[in-house]
Amino acid sequence: MSAIVVESVSKRYEIGRRPEHDTLRDTLSHGAKNLWSRLRRRTTGAAGEDDFWALRDVSFTVEPGEVVGIIGRNGAGKSTLLKILSRITEPTLGRVRLRGRVASLLEVGTGFHPELTGRENIFLNGAILGMSRSEIRRKFDEIIAFAEVDRFLDTPVKRYSSGMYVRLAFAIAAHLEPEILIVDEVLAVGDLEFQKKCVGKMKQVAGGGRTVLFVSHNLAAVQNLCTSAIWLRQGRIAQQSAVRDCIAAYSSEGNRSAAFATTTGSKPRITSVRVNDLALADGALEVEVGFASPFAFAPVVGVILYTKFGQPISGGNGRMAGEHWRPIPTNNGTITARIAALPLHSDTYRVSVWLGDAAMDYDEKRDVAEFDFVARDFRPRAPSTDVIGPIDLPWQWSLSTK
Amino acid sequence: MNHAASEPGVPVELLLEAGRADAHYWRDLWRFRELLGFLAWRDVKVRYKQAVLGAAWALIQPAITLVIFTFVFGRLANMPSGGVPYPLLVLAGLLPWQLFSGAATGASNSIVGNSHLISKVYFPRLVAPLSSLAVALVDFAFVLALFFATALWFGASNPAARIFATPTWHLLALPVFVAFALLLALGAGLWLASLMVKFRDFRFIVPFILQVGAFISPVGFRTDYYPNWRALLALNPLTGIIGGFRWCLLGGDQSLDLLTLAYAVVLTSLLLATGLWYFRKTERRFADII
Repeated sequence: MSAIVVESVSKRYEIGRRPEHDTLRDTLSHGAKNLWSRLRRRTTGAAGEDDFWALRDVSFTVEPGEVVGIIGRNGAGKSTLLKILSRITEPTLGRVRLRGRVASLLEVGTGFHPELTGRENIFLNGAILGMSRSEIRRKFDEIIAFAEVDRFLDTPVKRYSSGMYVRLAFAIAAHLEPEILIVDEVLAVGDLEFQKKCVGKMKQVAGGGRTVLFVSHNLAAVQNLCTSAIWLRQGRIAQQSAVRDCIAAYSSEGNRSAAFATTTGSKPRITSVRVNDLALADGALEVEVGFASPFAFAPVVGVILYTKFGQPISGGNGRMAGEHWRPIPTNNGTITARIAALPLHSDTYRVSVWLGDAAMDYDEKRDVAEFDFVARDFRPRAPSTDVIGPIDLPWQWSLSTK
Repeated sequence: MNHAASEPGVPVELLLEAGRADAHYWRDLWRFRELLGFLAWRDVKVRYKQAVLGAAWALIQPAITLVIFTFVFGRLANMPSGGVPYPLLVLAGLLPWQLFSGAATGASNSIVGNSHLISKVYFPRLVAPLSSLAVALVDFAFVLALFFATALWFGASNPAARIFATPTWHLLALPVFVAFALLLALGAGLWLASLMVKFRDFRFIVPFILQVGAFISPVGFRTDYYPNWRALLALNPLTGIIGGFRWCLLGGDQSLDLLTLAYAVVLTSLLLATGLWYFRKTERRFADII
């Protein structure tokens, strides 16, 4: 008997009405029109123009004890799928069968209240995740040992560092014991040491015969934890297979890498551009630019990083690098531009590349790649990047009174 | 998270489908009673934790309202009190009013106020408005203590008022009227909470309605001296509830207007039933539009 059976699930959002709640005025003024279109839709079943299908005809089954990764770009429908499986929202069409106790973890620290102490939040958050009071009491010592916050148990969590906050939140979630566990992008937070611990804990959960559905941008973690994977693309299943094949297919497809025809022309050309996924999962940006040329030249590559809206954030090229960049003449090769710790918030970013030498411009590929970045540092309740911008500068705060 | 029935080793099946009437809703609600308790406890705790004056806030507002209403209705308008010390009359009406308005406000804001939970975890959404009633109930306990303190003071200092300040066996019926006020507030709160998810305008409408309500409900005056207005006043279910509170709390020969009370029972049942219906109808979409 399968643990999860998803049958032709689709989810429609009405875009015109979804992003912002209605105001009464809008409804009153558009009332007649809305009513008319709604009536029409109901009778004909036709989809309106401003509808958006977050999921389209998705079907799959998961056997008990299987650990399945769900991968795909931002907006591919991963979160919507998890929300349906977690009963937060209903499918528009199709149905889902779940066998066994389900726990879902779509965020670390859901319902944490800043004014309450660590101890109080353990009970509150545990109850929110579906644990009974006696269950929490039984696991209490284990939770605080895992979170390493025993000295701050009676401190309000608003005084916690973001690291402590995440550790406590994850520790509670890690001690859930459901038959089916649904996890969204929660391992990408905290410091490296703690991430290792979390992955270890997840492995233990997965190895314990539990069914796990795991969404992450961190392909290394998916590969590490999962046996099979589902790749979602624009609301549909692009591939469902063993985890290795699925990740390979996903990595080679799409905008994170691009290859170009290598017809030997009269001047140097960019042949490929790739944003390294594994480096991204480590918090680093690596743009690999392949090139080929009919003659030997000393290659210089430029990379410009943009926000998802196409505003430049930062760019660099070999000419700017000074003493650091002295390439030997060559006909072909790959130049890797690297930023070790990318100081950006989690979001989608774009890349343009350029190829030249000390004097000449040879080739450029604008808006050639797009990638999703998940920041290492967890910022509880950080505003959207649309508000605060993409760059995560190391702000420091001080207070002086009088 | 949802715990489907949890006999160990007997996995139950859960079917998720569009527009499916959830057969397990009420059983789920029972299963989530601990969460209900925790949310109520959180709201109460946070309310008193952040305020410097703590519990005093639960008293300051009713105390000021008491002074104003006593002055306006008792002194300026010189309305009849039937011998009951006017502050005591007002306070006995203020108790159910505060309970109602606090509970209705809390329930109305409960879904939008817990939006981060609504969009991240499953629980029967009814848990949110239900748990919000706790704060109103705790505030009520403080004002009730204020009432008894005031009654004690009038009883001791004014021999003529002693009979009115001494509660009778009617006091035993108080829990019934407290529950009555809470159910009415829940009925209104369910409507407003659902509407507020969709129309944030209700954030501004609710305080306004309540402000008007404080004056059209017989908080500052007693109704039994206006027989001509009885039918009109009875259309407000709070008239029956406030009358019931006065009957419970005040001594002397307080009468209970059964017809007005019957009106209140019918109106409250109607509001609660339709409120539940509308809430259940819209709650499945809360996470999509919140």
